Amino acid sequence: MSETTARTLQLAAERVQYPRPSSRWSPLFLLLRKKSALLGLILFLLVILSGVFAPLIAPYDPLKINVRDRLHQPSREHWIGTDELGRDVLSRIIYGARISVSVGVIAITIAIAVGVPLGVLAGFYGGMVDNLVMRSMDALAAFPAVLLALAIVSAMGPSIRNAMIAIGIVYLPAFSRLVRGNVLSVKEKEYVEASRTCGATDFHIMFKTILPNCISPVLVHASLGFANAIIIEAALSFLGLGAQPPSPSWGAMLDQGRVFMTHTVWYSISAGMAIFLSVLGLNLVGDGLRDVLDPRLRGR
Amino acid sequence: MHENPVAEPGNGECSMTAYLVSRLVQMIPTVLLVMLLIFVIFRLIPGDPVQFILGANPHPEAVVALRRQFGLDQPIPVQFIRWLGNVVRGDLGVSYINNQSVLSLILQKLPATLQLAFLAMLLGSAIGIALGLVSALKQDSWTDMLVRIIALFGFCTPRYWLAILLVILFSLTLKWLPSGGYVPLSESVRDNLRHVIVPMTTLALPIAAEQMRFLRSSMLDVIQQDYIRTARAKGLPERTVVMRHALKNALIPFLTIFGLQLGFSLGGSIVVELICAWPGIGWLTIQSIHRRDYAVVQGVVMVSAIGFLIINLLVDVCYTILDPRVRYD
Repeated sequence: MSETTARTLQLAAERVQYPRPSSRWSPLFLLLRKKSALLGLILFLLVILSGVFAPLIAPYDPLKINVRDRLHQPSREHWIGTDELGRDVLSRIIYGARISVSVGVIAITIAIAVGVPLGVLAGFYGGMVDNLVMRSMDALAAFPAVLLALAIVSAMGPSIRNAMIAIGIVYLPAFSRLVRGNVLSVKEKEYVEASRTCGATDFHIMFKTILPNCISPVLVHASLGFANAIIIEAALSFLGLGAQPPSPSWGAMLDQGRVFMTHTVWYSISAGMAIFLSVLGLNLVGDGLRDVLDPRLRGR
Repeated sequence: MHENPVAEPGNGECSMTAYLVSRLVQMIPTVLLVMLLIFVIFRLIPGDPVQFILGANPHPEAVVALRRQFGLDQPIPVQFIRWLGNVVRGDLGVSYINNQSVLSLILQKLPATLQLAFLAMLLGSAIGIALGLVSALKQDSWTDMLVRIIALFGFCTPRYWLAILLVILFSLTLKWLPSGGYVPLSESVRDNLRHVIVPMTTLALPIAAEQMRFLRSSMLDVIQQDYIRTARAKGLPERTVVMRHALKNALIPFLTIFGLQLGFSLGGSIVVELICAWPGIGWLTIQSIHRRDYAVVQGVVMVSAIGFLIINLLVDVCYTILDPRVRYD
């Protein structure tokens, strides 16, 4: 290579402006630019904030019984009326956000903490490990979600803690299958081969090299799974197998509202609306995240 | 060009049989794991069935006799093998409450659940396919946006809340329909249909929402394919292009969601059956859980899981029939 050519190449290389990662194109910025995702985020933040600041926002003690005021229609004192024990429905709904959000967070954390490593191991090692893990996941996935959660909770005993564990187990197969599929494609990439050549251990390759490149779909699925966890928790509480009285769980309130439907419909409608808005918010965020993280699916 | 796995005359039937046999063989470990899982879950229950049957302070001799009768005096692996053998012979045990065979209890309730699931799938698919088609063909229009919003709402509405809202609207406010209950078809078709409308609509709307979203996405993929462009270039009427070329191909991946939904409708309509007092499998499950009749709960969970696996198998078989590109391996 002549000196001139070398100099030309050097100058050209200096002129190349590599795009810097700009905050304008960060996933969060792109997510916030999407109106539907922003609406979803606002809805879900409202639910979280009402749970966190429940003692400050709720007009009444959610557990305080006042039998003289039972089953009141909405009024200036009780915006959504009162329940069969005279408790303020609005206050119970605000406090109920704590239960729903904590169940969603803990159940999905359990599913991710167990399902993701299992998926990584199955995808990375293949063969017997893959067969063992995936057949077990197939067995778990063979049950309708509510039925499996119901079976686990009925066996372990009705409580909110057992409901969280049951929902976590229900979502194990979804996360492990998702991650396994991604690991299968990522492990063939050149940078994984390079990492292996540099002497990295299997653990390092699996969890430091491959996993970070498989995490986007997990985030999308976590938000959608969170929404479903809220629905299943409410279903379990509705059936008397989740949060136990007098906890202000949305599902249990919906069940009680159903019993007193002929007296007041606001009780059922408001508890269901709280579940609906949380699920709607999480689904909008999930759809937005999917669009941002996988632009091929945008608008689908 | 795609290879046709059944290209040789007379080879198709043989390949299909071989495929079915291999799938059934592949299913065996999954079924065994499902059974093991169910066995383990129901062994987690504190105490044993004898306590539930004999109640508090039973006679010790009665406890020993009953434990021997149920095989509970055997080691756990032996209990599992014996239970497995019984299940294979169609013996799902007896109810702790009324000593009736679990299988006969399930078979008594099955027709109501099957009717509800079938009608819900029919209504949900009719709405879902129609809206999905319109939404895809009018992509990014106001119609598309409206349909997508309806689908999103349908997707996010919990079924139990929807059931309550429909009861409030049609039973309490308009007084058009009964708030719950069941009349067998054999007694009165009209009354049966009046009772099924609320639970059927409750189950159908989320089904329609999910199908609409899936079909829209699938149609958008298909109408960008070269063969659709070719069909249009040949001058075929748009109706023929859409119905015969696009929709037919878009419905193939749609089978997966259809199969999953059918499986969930059979086992997942528990809360809706409870709200609408529809005496199906879900209703039986809840009654049994509250009465701590775990033999029945175990039977229902197992039948639902096996039914779900069989539906998945049938979906895969349908794939191979409808789409020759899918190989028998």
